[in-house]
Amino acid sequence: MTDVLMPALSPTMEEGVLAKWLVKVGDTVKSGDVIAEIETDKATMEVEAVDEGVVEALLVAEGTEGVKVNAPIARLSGEGGAAAPPQPAAKTAPTASAPTAEPEKVAPPQSEAVPAAPVRAVTEGASRIAASPLARRLAAQKGIDLATVKGSGPHGRVIRRDLDAAAGAPASAMPTAASAGAAPARQVLSLEQMGIAPGSYDLTPLDMMRKVVARRMTESFRDVPHFPLSIDIEIDTLLTARVAINAALEASGVKVSVNDLVIKAAAMALKAVPDANASYSPEGIARHHHADVAVAVAIDGGLITPIIRSAETKGVSAIAVEMKDLAARARARKLKPEEFQGGTFSVSNLGMFGIKSFASIINEPQGAILSVGAGEKRPVARGDVLAIATVMSVTLTCDHRVVDGAIGARWLQVFKGMIDNPVIMLA
Amino acid sequence: MSDAFDVVVIGAGPGGYVTAIRASQLGLKTAVVEREALGGVCLNWGCIPTKALLKSGEVYEQLGHLGDYGLSVEGRAYDFTKVIERSRGVAKQLSAGVAFLMKKHKIEVVDGAAKLEKGQGAPSVAVSLKAGGTRTLTAKSVILATGARAKVIPAIGLAPDGDRIWTYREAMVPKTAPKSLLVVGSGAIGIEFASFYRALGSEVTVIEALPRILPVEDAEISDVALKAYKKRGLKFHVGAKVTKLAATKTGVTLTLETDGKTETLEAERAIVAVGIDGNVEDLGLEALGVKIDRGHVVTGAHGETNVPGLYAIGDVAGPPWLAHKASHEGVHCVEHIAGVAGPDIAAPIPGCTYATPQVASVGLTEAQAKDAGLTVKVGRFPFRVNGKAIAAGETEGLVKTVFDAATGALIGAHMVGGEVTEMIQGFALAMTLEATEAELMATVFPHPTMSEAMHEAVLDAFGKVLHL
Repeated sequence: MTDVLMPALSPTMEEGVLAKWLVKVGDTVKSGDVIAEIETDKATMEVEAVDEGVVEALLVAEGTEGVKVNAPIARLSGEGGAAAPPQPAAKTAPTASAPTAEPEKVAPPQSEAVPAAPVRAVTEGASRIAASPLARRLAAQKGIDLATVKGSGPHGRVIRRDLDAAAGAPASAMPTAASAGAAPARQVLSLEQMGIAPGSYDLTPLDMMRKVVARRMTESFRDVPHFPLSIDIEIDTLLTARVAINAALEASGVKVSVNDLVIKAAAMALKAVPDANASYSPEGIARHHHADVAVAVAIDGGLITPIIRSAETKGVSAIAVEMKDLAARARARKLKPEEFQGGTFSVSNLGMFGIKSFASIINEPQGAILSVGAGEKRPVARGDVLAIATVMSVTLTCDHRVVDGAIGARWLQVFKGMIDNPVIMLA
Repeated sequence: MSDAFDVVVIGAGPGGYVTAIRASQLGLKTAVVEREALGGVCLNWGCIPTKALLKSGEVYEQLGHLGDYGLSVEGRAYDFTKVIERSRGVAKQLSAGVAFLMKKHKIEVVDGAAKLEKGQGAPSVAVSLKAGGTRTLTAKSVILATGARAKVIPAIGLAPDGDRIWTYREAMVPKTAPKSLLVVGSGAIGIEFASFYRALGSEVTVIEALPRILPVEDAEISDVALKAYKKRGLKFHVGAKVTKLAATKTGVTLTLETDGKTETLEAERAIVAVGIDGNVEDLGLEALGVKIDRGHVVTGAHGETNVPGLYAIGDVAGPPWLAHKASHEGVHCVEHIAGVAGPDIAAPIPGCTYATPQVASVGLTEAQAKDAGLTVKVGRFPFRVNGKAIAAGETEGLVKTVFDAATGALIGAHMVGGEVTEMIQGFALAMTLEATEAELMATVFPHPTMSEAMHEAVLDAFGKVLHL
């Protein structure tokens, strides 16, 4: 008999949501079979069986939240050669650290004394992260989640330079850094205390994504001194250019959207105004080498920001193809962490909903985010003559610690120049 | 025999022949060109034969201290010719070993002097064969592993004169041991020869231009070593600038300047050990426009030069001038060429000096770490309180560790004492694996060994030393 334990999908993961069972009692599983889906911060991960056997019991119901890492979630009856060494009694399994004879009945709910309980390799499976002792220590010191760091050592081992790189370009590390040292969430009164009658609403429990969105947006809006800059841009030339581009691409089946052109223009403007492609950190201002443009994609239950890396180096058709793929996989929640963590600038477009203008909340540690409104026909004054043009309002929300008003304004000017006359993007 | 290869390595020293073996293992058709002897300076005129000499010297010197161990022997003596013969025999045996390895790995050895010429893609290699005639080899990649030689400064007489003034090369095969000897330069080479000839009874004086001996080592280590060498009767002039060295009929005269004061020293012989120059001449490098900086070929992370298809590794590509660095670079270079290079691991390169006592180190000195702006934790442990050292009568020496206080990373280790050259690898391994003080403290060191001093030096850096 073997217990299947809640796996740690990252070293800092303490609990997760058991989103879905893919096996039922009585099923025979063998090593490598996907048996469940677990939801973490932003992604849904599959759990594979590491032992063989018949599912004897599912110990945790589908949809259970806050399942502690290493808690038993299912029991397999050992068939034949499963030969998994006998587990300690399930009750003691979650806290394997203390050599106390007296098994604790249940880990106290707030017990975080053993952040990374020594986990047996068999249950750890693919989640084990190879890292040097120094890398582990640096990660702990800097509050970087090792799971987000790409190892450049042998067999992908995370070594010092990877941590240095992660710290130097704080983008990829920051989300978890924030979570590690985060201020406690603001305690709000219950809805009832605020006068909402019980039974007058349906409650959807907070999933991981909602929690992360709530926490990060609260922290950013509260802690980052932000200000918006707005500008109107005529896009008739851009729309003509788009028609020409798509005509040229017709054979390849690629269709470039206005948003793809906005991404490209934003990246080129970041290249032209590197001060706007920057992050504030206590160690200094990080000026990023590339414009890694994160694009907000609404998905079921929240949003996610897949990244077009080095967008300044890519053609619009390449951006269009990549964006289509990223958006599709974002909606299926199949993005890998490195595909949505670590952008240097964000673009959020609500134009398709007819929104005229809005100011997004900064996606830390990025220095700015561009909010794109709808392109609509508006009266414009040309000298003293009234004319009609297609106009799009955009707003740049800037982190004043790194992007001052003049920098933001200059960036918007350059961006406007690119949209006014898209040929400049080729320069 | 075909003249077309995947890889041609020029130079069969520890950089070149190891590179060739790795190339062959990777399935590359490989040739190695050597103008002199397989194994290069290391095997024939450097690392290995000097270790043979030093062993003879050590044993002889130990015989003088037998009383310390409750022993005695009648008639201590040495036969200098046989000491040299043994050293040459060791070199010969190993060179033959390299020949065997070349054969085993089906590497074609071309005996002769190579010269690069403009080729299609990589340069081609024209070899003036020892046996006469020339042969031109072509290869997809050419790797320079031509090594280095003693730096000489003829203008002030710091150059071999064929009789009384030696470089390491002449110093390895003299007819007799000099009664008195001047050694110019106190790096590893200078100190080893000084130690060897002192062991045989020569009056040896070492002259160093910098303010301390073994200038690349940690200052405390230099200090402890200096005291130990002085105890053995070696004499030193540090911070002394040699202005003239000249051979006379009976010996050599050396003029030096210390703090503006001029002094003249005399001795029977002198050894010039003031540094190393890369072997970049007569290879046709200038014509190809190969970038050379201060006597060394300029290379990138994988040994690539500015000329497509041409690589350089080892001494010719710059310091540190160490055989193990050359082998390491060569293997990495050829794996890069074959496209199988693993992740580039920043491995620190240990350095060893095989005098009595020995000196070994890896990583940053305390001063270097501080210059780099790091806050350090330093640990020290002397061998004089180490049980095994006391039992063996090798109590001279010190282990010193340097940690980055912010992260606990071991960033340097420095040792002087008996057999420390065999122990430094423990620290090198720890640094390559990016160990912190926690792993080093948790490591169990066998008792009784001199290596326990390493453990204690780690503990000492964190105020946990046990036996002090």
